[in-house]
Amino acid sequence: MSSEFNSSDLAVEAHGLVKNFGTNRAVDGVDLAVPAGSVYGFLGPNGAGKTTTIRLLATLLRPDAGQASVFGHDVVREAGKVRHLIGVTGQYASVDEDLTARENLILFGCLQGLSRSTAKERADQLLEEFTLTDAASRALKKFSGGMRRRLDLAVSLISVPPLVFLDEPTTGLDPRTRNQMWDTIRSLVARGVTILLTTQYLDEADQLADRIAVIDRGAVVAEGTASELKASVGNSTMELHLNDHDEAELAAEIVGLALGVRAKAHHGGLVTAPLSDPGTVFMPLEALHEHSIAIASVAVAQPTLDEVFLTITGHSAQDADELQEIAA
Amino acid sequence: MNTITDSNDVDNTVENIKTDKTVLSAITPGTVRTISGATSLGQVFRDTLTMAWRHFIKMFRNPAEFTDVTIQPILFTLMFVFLFGGAIAGDVKSYLPTMIPGLLAMSVLTTASVTGTKMREDMDKGVFDRFKSLPMARIAPLSGALLADTLRYFIATTLTFATGFVIGYRPESGMRGVVVAGLLIIFTTWALSWIFALLGVIMPSASSVQGLSMMILMPLTFVSNAIVPVASMPSWLQAFVKVNPITHVVSAMRDLTMNGDWGVDVVWTLVISIIIVVVFAPLTVRAYMRKV
Repeated sequence: MSSEFNSSDLAVEAHGLVKNFGTNRAVDGVDLAVPAGSVYGFLGPNGAGKTTTIRLLATLLRPDAGQASVFGHDVVREAGKVRHLIGVTGQYASVDEDLTARENLILFGCLQGLSRSTAKERADQLLEEFTLTDAASRALKKFSGGMRRRLDLAVSLISVPPLVFLDEPTTGLDPRTRNQMWDTIRSLVARGVTILLTTQYLDEADQLADRIAVIDRGAVVAEGTASELKASVGNSTMELHLNDHDEAELAAEIVGLALGVRAKAHHGGLVTAPLSDPGTVFMPLEALHEHSIAIASVAVAQPTLDEVFLTITGHSAQDADELQEIAA
Repeated sequence: MNTITDSNDVDNTVENIKTDKTVLSAITPGTVRTISGATSLGQVFRDTLTMAWRHFIKMFRNPAEFTDVTIQPILFTLMFVFLFGGAIAGDVKSYLPTMIPGLLAMSVLTTASVTGTKMREDMDKGVFDRFKSLPMARIAPLSGALLADTLRYFIATTLTFATGFVIGYRPESGMRGVVVAGLLIIFTTWALSWIFALLGVIMPSASSVQGLSMMILMPLTFVSNAIVPVASMPSWLQAFVKVNPITHVVSAMRDLTMNGDWGVDVVWTLVISIIIVVVFAPLTVRAYMRKV
């Protein structure tokens, strides 16, 4: 589907965007070039300026300096046109709390120029598509976090916009609902929607985004594909928990030998080893099996956002401490 | 990563998004679309009606939130009539023809302040961001709220008259005077609501809007001819009562219901209302557009 697009088309272009709140410079000279049909991720901790940048691009705020355009239309001078081309899904579901899901979809359909009957049809289509039909007339207060996000996204898609802003689409969702949201996002991309999303999770940016901008203190400090970014961050770490804590020293030796690195034994039967290629994780496991050393759990720790920040900016982000469990 | 959960994801896809390609397949590239950034008058009208519809739903879903136009007019009418009736006019029945028009002005005008509070509350909610990001008429959230509020004034007006009828109020000019007085007070209240809408837009919070509104309305409604005879007041207070616009509104209500006269006070009320709209509507719209 993306073949319909001219690859040189930019969905979003920004030069030197600046936004001040009082004395606080929330966005400090952001440059962006987001190709149409791609997923672009803003990665950064809370307060880095991700949301403010999105609000500038979505015409919700006026920049104090700099210039930005959406599909060639200036976000300040041609805000009315830009609003025809975007869908915005906020960090907190921005739907009307007092209306039902169906009423919300009809309301926002009508406000986007659909006739009442078309708005109703469209509402039913979207409820069906986002599996909200059963909850269509239920009070929003009874909605789960995942349902709220789905409704919010459905509302953003009423006018089938070619560019969708997703501000922290999965923050606060449980892993299962998060995976569902990821699939929803992927299916939008497959249909040719350009997506600009913000996230605090390296893993999420890695899973979804074609390109990632790391944002810190209002500025883009690194930009590139997920693998480029990871390469700059360095290795993953393998973590092994043993059933018998006394075997840690021996296990460390075996693991080190199998990987050709120095493995360390810690308290409580924990063994860690740097892992340059996650594909080699089976080698120390086989070696331990041959020596009949029982393993309680194995995990490969991804480079965390903290490590990304430490490497790129020299200071740490508070968030993110995620271990990806491979097996238990 | 996610090697174990990936197989479940496939099922979730089906569950989450039905592979109904008709809904979203027609993505037209942004650079190819022909769009207009301008807002037509027809769109302003349509979006205003849509926003009024939104307010109606909210009103009827939270009846507790509009007690100011349901319970309050009934309570005010009963309370003031039986509290002051005997003391001022000797008996309740002869007090009603003067009292009901006074109370009508008082109760219905007071409900205009809620427009401001509601406006502020609405603007502070996340849904307002959504309105701002849509290619809709920018003024619609404001104009829709003001339009929907006329229904509130209608309810308050009807209930005040109805309560009066129940306790024996029989206006001399008959139903015609009642209907004209009702329409006039609804229009005047709508005009007044522009002032409160302006407060709602420029004040920092909903509670500050409410506080200020009460401070304006309490002296204006009480220091008028609405409840007590002006002759009983000290002369400096009488001077204020005479220039208080609410006195003219109350007198207009009395003229219309007692003898069906389009007296000088009816004209005054219309003039004051129109002046308020002419002055405050542009101010409110300007302050509002600067915020959105």
